[in-house]
Amino acid sequence: MMREMTGAEMVMQALIDQGVEHMFGYPGGAVLPIYDAMFHQNQVKHILVRHEQGAVHMAEGYARSSGKVGVVLVTSGPGATNAVTGLTDALLDSIPLVCITGQVPTHLIGSDAFQECDTVGITRPCTKHNYLVRDINDLARVMHEAFYVAQNGRPGPVVVDIPKDVQFAKGMYVGPENIQHRTYQPRLKGDPEKIKAAVEMLAKAKRPILYTGGGVINSGPEASRLLREFARLSGYPVTSTLMGLGAFPASDKQWLGMLGMHGTYEANMAMHDCDVMVCIGARFDDRITGRVDAFSPGSKKIHIDIDPSSINKNIKVDLPIIGDVKHVLEDMLTMWRAMKAEPDRKAIAGWWGQIDKWRARKSLAFKPSDRIIKPQQAIKALYDQVKDKDVYITTEVGQHQMWAAQHFHFEEPNRWMTSGGLGTMGYGLPAAIGAQVAHPESLVIDIAGEASIQMCLQELSTALQFDLPIKIFVLNNEYMGMVRQWQDLLHGGRYSHSYSESLPDFVKLAEAYGGVGIRCSNPADLDGAIHEMISVNRPVLFDCLVDKMENCLPMIPSGKPHNEMILPDHPEALDEAIDEEGKMLV
Amino acid sequence: MSTVKEPAERHTLSMLVDNEPGVLARIVGLFSGRGYNIDSLTVSEVSHASHLSRITVVTTGAPPIIEQIKSQLDRLVPVHRVVDLTVVGKSVERELALIKVRGKGEVRQEALLIADSFRARTVDTTLESFVFEITGKPEKIDQFVSLLEPLGLVEVSRTGVAAIGRGAEGM
Repeated sequence: MMREMTGAEMVMQALIDQGVEHMFGYPGGAVLPIYDAMFHQNQVKHILVRHEQGAVHMAEGYARSSGKVGVVLVTSGPGATNAVTGLTDALLDSIPLVCITGQVPTHLIGSDAFQECDTVGITRPCTKHNYLVRDINDLARVMHEAFYVAQNGRPGPVVVDIPKDVQFAKGMYVGPENIQHRTYQPRLKGDPEKIKAAVEMLAKAKRPILYTGGGVINSGPEASRLLREFARLSGYPVTSTLMGLGAFPASDKQWLGMLGMHGTYEANMAMHDCDVMVCIGARFDDRITGRVDAFSPGSKKIHIDIDPSSINKNIKVDLPIIGDVKHVLEDMLTMWRAMKAEPDRKAIAGWWGQIDKWRARKSLAFKPSDRIIKPQQAIKALYDQVKDKDVYITTEVGQHQMWAAQHFHFEEPNRWMTSGGLGTMGYGLPAAIGAQVAHPESLVIDIAGEASIQMCLQELSTALQFDLPIKIFVLNNEYMGMVRQWQDLLHGGRYSHSYSESLPDFVKLAEAYGGVGIRCSNPADLDGAIHEMISVNRPVLFDCLVDKMENCLPMIPSGKPHNEMILPDHPEALDEAIDEEGKMLV
Repeated sequence: MSTVKEPAERHTLSMLVDNEPGVLARIVGLFSGRGYNIDSLTVSEVSHASHLSRITVVTTGAPPIIEQIKSQLDRLVPVHRVVDLTVVGKSVERELALIKVRGKGEVRQEALLIADSFRARTVDTTLESFVFEITGKPEKIDQFVSLLEPLGLVEVSRTGVAAIGRGAEGM
């Protein structure tokens, strides 16, 4: 399709042609022409946010829960700089986004004009790719390329910076069908020789483990299905990173729970003692590995990843397979069957015997109380009431996030949205709004803390404006709990500025926004209050007053290997867990 | 990464990139952002018709770091290809330098003799100065400069390393 139109019209037309149904944005001087073009159409619905950081997190929640590209529209200068945290978050968690930023007209670029900033300069290290479109004749192509780059290969955020004069200029629009990227052609199929070698290695394994991550989710629902098929066929245990939860059903007996710093004892011990590890769409992040020189010392490591730069970045692996998880798992299954591979049943049974012993330590155990709500108890109560519903969970960052990962269980991919890599407080509420926009009929809950929730709380107004009945479940312990926990660990319990002073009355605050506020402090009332929360078809802010001093366990202290976990039955070990070297780490 | 510290190696990387605004900033930003070394960097357009530039980077690092640098460069969207000339086989490396020397009498004579033995050309002369042009491997230029040091060296301008693989094949 070739048609003459203005730059602003091209932007809207490109969004329509890319199948975009929703975008998240905030107007300003440098994007007014695009907002005007938006006014003349009704195919793309615009969600007006209250702060640009919120727009990007909404687009992330939308993308992660739907598998589509999230779209953001912000103005120049502060609009763009406010988006930077969200873009960095999306880069670290590999979320496909296209963020359109307005820019001052080309003749003013470099003159320190009003609301000018070097958007492409600032966002270069926090995007997968970015463009400054100086010529109207490049605009349509760049828009389509941006969508291609955002979602192909390892997904990520792409910024398209468009000066205002280019938005007004007229040119010929080209549709997405004629766009082919010159250089960016990521490899999807794994090397068959390597896949064969992997199958041979796996079939011979005596103590195997499948260590999965967010890449399985990014590869699409088919990848999760293939993972389940391979696990069933082999009988091997499965664990996952924070980002990969839901790819493998938590109710399955082969599921070991999450691994890493606050993962289960059985998952971490199995990682440490395994003889063959397959890392599928994960990246050996420092939350996962603990001390790298003591990481899984006796294992052969296979690493499946679409991004070659993830290979050997933190941990040296024996067999790298570059490719998309879905394709590689598909070929692995075909190869496994063609080779008539048989797992070593006797050895695997022995391995499960060992894993069951670790499981028996019950590393996620906690003591419920009838006097005070334990945070774990609150998550468990929430889970028990909503597990059979069509539910999406987002979180903020901190203790509540880890408790949610431990005590809320997922059966399906794309149901769990959290800021893993960057650890962005303030992510959960806007992400919940994004997920609710993508799934208007579903129950969407942001599990939050009283500190994190205040970082993007203004978006409650967005939820009200667009009738998005999200639930915000705040575990209120009046502390930045994870900071306080680390001050216990490293700084002699001196709680420097980690107390949440001058908290608002969250119930009144919810009501002030026009939402519903609920407070609960008595364990006996918890189930009823949660029931009330999920029964209301309006945004709810639930202020759940929990035990102020609970620490998040189990935990691998920083600088320690997997087999030196602190378990909830020996919490006193936290006091001297970290040595001088470990203190340097985060 | 293994705990055994592997010694740093010097590698010459050659890449073809789209000649578009910001591409050099992307490469340089990658090196500084991830804490890699740049010993030398040269960049110039090599094909006007297909908007291609060639960038040559000389870097030092332990072998796993060099591998990381290559794959990090390779995943940049405008980068077409990255070749490690240090591992693919024999390659030719050349650098050009302009060197200004100031002096009178005997030292002038001495400077000219040294320049001659290094096959440097004299590209500018005044009664009390010379500018020499020399082309060669970086080590040769280092040596030339150090010999001129006591003879009134004023300043040095070096292009950085340009490199190309030997034999009939392109990168």
